[in-house]
Amino acid sequence: MIVLSQQQIGAMNAHGERDYPYECCGLLIGSFKADGSKEVVETYPISNAREEEAKRNRFLIRPEELLAGERAARQKGLDVVGFYHSHPDDAAVPSGYDLDHAWPIYSYIVVSVREGSARDLRSWEMEGDRSKFNPEEISKGQQ
Amino acid sequence: MAVTIIIPTPLRQFAGGSAQLVFEANNVGQALDSLTTKYVELRKHLYNDQNALRSFVNVYVNDEDIRHAQSLETPVSDGDTVMIVPSIAGGKKKI
Repeated sequence: MIVLSQQQIGAMNAHGERDYPYECCGLLIGSFKADGSKEVVETYPISNAREEEAKRNRFLIRPEELLAGERAARQKGLDVVGFYHSHPDDAAVPSGYDLDHAWPIYSYIVVSVREGSARDLRSWEMEGDRSKFNPEEISKGQQ
Repeated sequence: MAVTIIIPTPLRQFAGGSAQLVFEANNVGQALDSLTTKYVELRKHLYNDQNALRSFVNVYVNDEDIRHAQSLETPVSDGDTVMIVPSIAGGKKKI
């Protein structure tokens, strides 16, 4: 389970709409709980590092950006707990390409943006053996 | 040569929970082979079916990307740090 506030959901939806028809991406900063759930404290937009012609269906967060995000999170006693990205004119469901490039433990939030408007937002976790993504329950926090 | 491998957060569960581990190696490939021999579950997250490092797995020796050196053949010295750093990629189906 991942705990998100309505404000964070709004921020991810807005980022997806702003970058449409390109894919947006960002970090989820928060904490891993002992029961395996995650709580997001802030979303951290990242500029999609993919080249212009690929941004409609690809995103990339470079290692140095992830390291910078991890450093910033650690200074607040937090961790990078996952990532979000948008699927312009496609479902909020991870693709095979997403699975090929996924890391365990992290949450992967996908925002479906159709004709410039965010329609759906879902969270996913990769199975430890890399075989598939499983849906992750989203709990609406109080922030 | 004793080198320290820094394990990224998402892979620590496959490395006994360790954030860093020390192995004897003469180059990066040997260090990663020792790591993935001891912790077999790690291998599928670092290497593809062709036994090459996955494209989104980045390895640095003392802050230098091994792709700018000799890749897995990059030599290591006593006390070096080998850091595994993810890049995060994805995207929808082909358009």
